[in-house]
Amino acid sequence: MLILRCPYCGVDADETELAPGGEAHLKRFGPGSGDDDFHDYLFTRENPRGVHFERWRHAHGCGKWFHAARATDTLQVFGTYPAQTSEPPKEVLALIRAARPGWSWREFA
Amino acid sequence: MKRYSAFAVAREALRYHTGWGRAWAAPTPNRRYDVVIVGAGGHGLATAYYLGKNFGITNVAILEKGWLGGGNTGRNTTIIRSNYLQDPSAAIYEKARALYENMSQDLNYNVMFSPRGVIMLAQTEHEVRGYRRTAHANALQGVATEFISPERVKEIVPIISIDGPRYPVLGGLWQARGGTARHDAVAWGYARACSDMGMHVIQQCEVTGVRSEGGKVTGVDTSKGPIDCDKLGVVVAGHSGVLAEMAGFRLPIESVALQALVSEPIKPCMDVVVMANTVHGYMSQSDKGEMVIGGGADGYNNYTQRGSFHHIEETVRALVETFPMISRLKMLRQWGGIVDMTGDRSPILSKTPLEGCFINCGWGTGGFKAIPGSGWGMAELMAKGHSPLTEAFSLDRFKEGRFIDESVAAGVAH
Repeated sequence: MLILRCPYCGVDADETELAPGGEAHLKRFGPGSGDDDFHDYLFTRENPRGVHFERWRHAHGCGKWFHAARATDTLQVFGTYPAQTSEPPKEVLALIRAARPGWSWREFA
Repeated sequence: MKRYSAFAVAREALRYHTGWGRAWAAPTPNRRYDVVIVGAGGHGLATAYYLGKNFGITNVAILEKGWLGGGNTGRNTTIIRSNYLQDPSAAIYEKARALYENMSQDLNYNVMFSPRGVIMLAQTEHEVRGYRRTAHANALQGVATEFISPERVKEIVPIISIDGPRYPVLGGLWQARGGTARHDAVAWGYARACSDMGMHVIQQCEVTGVRSEGGKVTGVDTSKGPIDCDKLGVVVAGHSGVLAEMAGFRLPIESVALQALVSEPIKPCMDVVVMANTVHGYMSQSDKGEMVIGGGADGYNNYTQRGSFHHIEETVRALVETFPMISRLKMLRQWGGIVDMTGDRSPILSKTPLEGCFINCGWGTGGFKAIPGSGWGMAELMAKGHSPLTEAFSLDRFKEGRFIDESVAAGVAH
C-alpha cells in the first residue's frame, strides 16, 4: 500500500486516506492564452515512466492538498511537500538526482 | 502454414503429433520494412493483419518488447460488448464485435468467442435513466441491446441478489450477442495469420528510439539494431507516452493500473457476463469454471503492473453483496495491467505531428473488446491516410472540443 506523509499534519497516511489529484506544477493558461497552451494545460500530461510530481489531498485527514514526488516505475516516494510552491524543494530534487543520474523533468531538471 | 481442422487433429493423432509446425516464425529483423508496428498485443497484431488482408501490405514487422500478447491482451477480463452511447464508439465497437463472430473461421484459429450475453446492471435511478438512453441510442445505431426488468435479470442470472439493501437491481442493459473470447488465442491467432502472410513478428525487441528526418519518420532504433520504415504504427497501450516522447510529441494520456482476479474453479453457475458499474465490479465465469473478476482502476500514475489492494477489496465487497454465493470462494490469482486513460475515456486512433507515424492508444480499461475493429480502422488509416471508423478519434479532437464522452455512458468499468 502506498504511504505518503502529509506535510501539514505529519501523519503517515495510507492511500485509502488520500485522494489522488493528478500531475502537479501545471502552469495555468486561462482566457486570452493561445489554443495550444490552453490545450496543453487542460489535456497534455507528462505521464512519465519515472519520477512524477503529483497532487494529493489528505481527504480523510486534514483535508489539505499537498504534492508528492514519486516514481511510477518503482513506486518509490522521494518526498512530499506543501502545495504552496511552484517547484519541488531542493532537497527532494537532490534525492531524485542522487537516485537517478541524468534525470530530467520539464524545467526542473 | 498448415491449416488447423478436425482432419488435421486426426492425422496428427495417428503419428504422435510430430507434424505440427511452429504457429508463427521467429525471424531475425530485416534492415527495412514498409510498415513497422510497435507492440504485438491484440491491437498491433490486428492492425498488421488487416494491413495485409485488406490492403495487401505484407512487408510488415511487428516489434514486441516482451512476449506476444503479454501486456494487456493477456491481462484483461475478456469481455466483448458494443453497447456504447456515442455514435463513433458504437460504430467501432460494433465493427469489432461483428468481426469477433467470425474470427475463428477467418484466422483458422479457435478464439473461443462465446456470445453468451452481457448485462450491465442499473442499480440507481440515475443508471436506469442512463441505460434507457443508451438502449435508445443503440437502437438508432443498429446495435442490438434492450433495457430489461429486474425479474428478467434474475431469470438470466439466478445467482444474483436483486433486492440488496444498498444497491437493489432496478434493471439492466442487456446485449445478447456480447460475451467473451479467449484473449491469448486472439493474439496467437492474429500472430499466426500475420506470420503466414510473410510478416515478421519479432519478440523481445524493445524500441529505444524513433528516427525522423525533416518531420517525417524514417525508422526506429531497437534492442536488435536499427530498422527503417516508411510508416510507423505505435500501438503500445500503457507505454504510449514513452513512445510518444521518443517521437517528439506529447499525449493527453495518463497511465494507471487496473487489476483483475480469478477465483478457484467451480461448477457452472453463471453463463453470462454481469457488470455492476455503480459498485465497481464485473464478473463472468471462464470455461475452466473460474469466476473472472474485474474492478475499478487506481487513481494515480503507475507503470508497475501492480495495483492497490484496497481496490480489490472494494470490488470483492461489492460483488459479494450482489452475488452472495461467492462469499466463500477462494481467490486464486490477482494481477494488474497498465491502462492508458484519456480525458473522455475514448481511444485515440490518429495521425501524429510526426509524418508517417500513426498512433492507436487510449483504450483505457476496455481495449480487448475492440481489437478487431481497432485493427481494421487503424490499418485503413495507415494505408489510405483516413478511415471512417477512426475519423472521430483523432488526436486533435481535444483541442477542437470534439470529445467522445463515454466516461458516463460506459460507467467506470469496461
